[in-house]
Amino acid sequence: MIRAFFMVMRRELTVAVRRWSDLVMPLVFFIIVCTLFPLAVGQDIEILNDIGPGAIWVAALLATLLSLNTLFRDDFEDGSLEQLVLDKEPLTFLLLAKTVAHWLVTGLPLVVLSPVLVLAFGMPVTAIPGVVLTLLAGTPALSLLGSVGAALTAGLRQASGLLALLLLPLTIPVLIFGARAADMAASGESIVGPLYMLGGISMLALTLTPFATAAAVRVSLD
Amino acid sequence: MWNWFYKLASPPHFYRTATVLEPWLFWPALVLLAIGLYGGLVMAPADYVQGDGYRIIYVHVPSSYLSMFTYVTMAVTSAIGLIWRMKLAFCVAAACAPIGAAFTFMSLTTGAIWGQPMWGTWWVWDPRLTSQLILFFLYLGYMFLRQALAETRQADRASGVLAVVGVVNIPIIHFSVEWWNSLHQPASLSKLETPAIAGDMLWPLLVMILAYQLLMLALLMTGIRAQVLEREKNARWVGELLDTTGHEA
Repeated sequence: MIRAFFMVMRRELTVAVRRWSDLVMPLVFFIIVCTLFPLAVGQDIEILNDIGPGAIWVAALLATLLSLNTLFRDDFEDGSLEQLVLDKEPLTFLLLAKTVAHWLVTGLPLVVLSPVLVLAFGMPVTAIPGVVLTLLAGTPALSLLGSVGAALTAGLRQASGLLALLLLPLTIPVLIFGARAADMAASGESIVGPLYMLGGISMLALTLTPFATAAAVRVSLD
Repeated sequence: MWNWFYKLASPPHFYRTATVLEPWLFWPALVLLAIGLYGGLVMAPADYVQGDGYRIIYVHVPSSYLSMFTYVTMAVTSAIGLIWRMKLAFCVAAACAPIGAAFTFMSLTTGAIWGQPMWGTWWVWDPRLTSQLILFFLYLGYMFLRQALAETRQADRASGVLAVVGVVNIPIIHFSVEWWNSLHQPASLSKLETPAIAGDMLWPLLVMILAYQLLMLALLMTGIRAQVLEREKNARWVGELLDTTGHEA
């Protein structure tokens, strides 16, 4: 079972690396969304400082959403999703491997990229570890919740709007705690409380969502 | 006992039961609604602090309560449908969504109308208000997902998974006022033995809640009947039913 898990993950990572444009797109999107805020709000460094943590979190959420469109679609169309269902290993576990791989190729790069954006919003250097930690604790929950939505809409043609409508309500708690913790980090407060909460949400998502994803994939292939 | 249960789960039988039940739920709901509104708007005394403005709770509290009750019903019936593959359970869940969305919308609007004079603002981004808004989006998502999936069986099961996943929001709404010190006041009715509300203000509220509950059930019966008819439209009993009632088949 462990072997199958890593096989699926390796396959996902290989596919992701070979189709690097899919890999880079959410990151570019992340940066562009962050760029929109200073352009729309104005260059006042005080205001940018205030909205920075929230803006970074909103951008991270939207970038994850964009990348989720393709999580199951290609596999759905070429039939490899069906092969996973037929496999003797539990589907829940195999799909978790896919989701983990998804986080590694989208969530993790967002985390790595975030220090640059922290500085771009004029926040102090000391805010970097806090923002990075909140994203590190929160983005897994986004990928996991996202996999449920992506599985539900896998077979649909024009799914992106629907996917957003399904997922945004579910991810709002993550956004609230994440943005608040990032905000506290930016103003130099201790972020332990909301960080634990984020980690808790991610853990809860890790234990529960794979079952929902598996059920949703079975429905989509019906 | 099981025989009764299996019978109830059969669409034609349930259709007949719902048709019989509907007026018995609808008319008492209307009568109670009239009594509750009269009691709340005319007989109950004005509030010491809020004046007559508080009276909107007679509409606001029941719709808020039912917005959550309907969601839980939807999630539980969805779970039953997913686990035991029961078609009728999905009919109930599908019928719940528009009713619940309407109650949620009513709860949000009446809250905003009350908030303008009392808090001085139509809307605050407070946890309880926000999570109620999320609930509204969950209902919309549920309905849109059903629309998007053409095949009923698939729509049933996919939207069922969504309803079950979304149920995490219910405790968040319910406890948000206690978890975060929000602007929204704590529930007036959480402990029935010592209600934080005077008796002559309380009874119309209880009557209104009962009225809304019956109204929801009545609407649910109508919704379920529509669902059953839609799904069984090619079944023989539907054809016979339409023949005897004189409508075109």
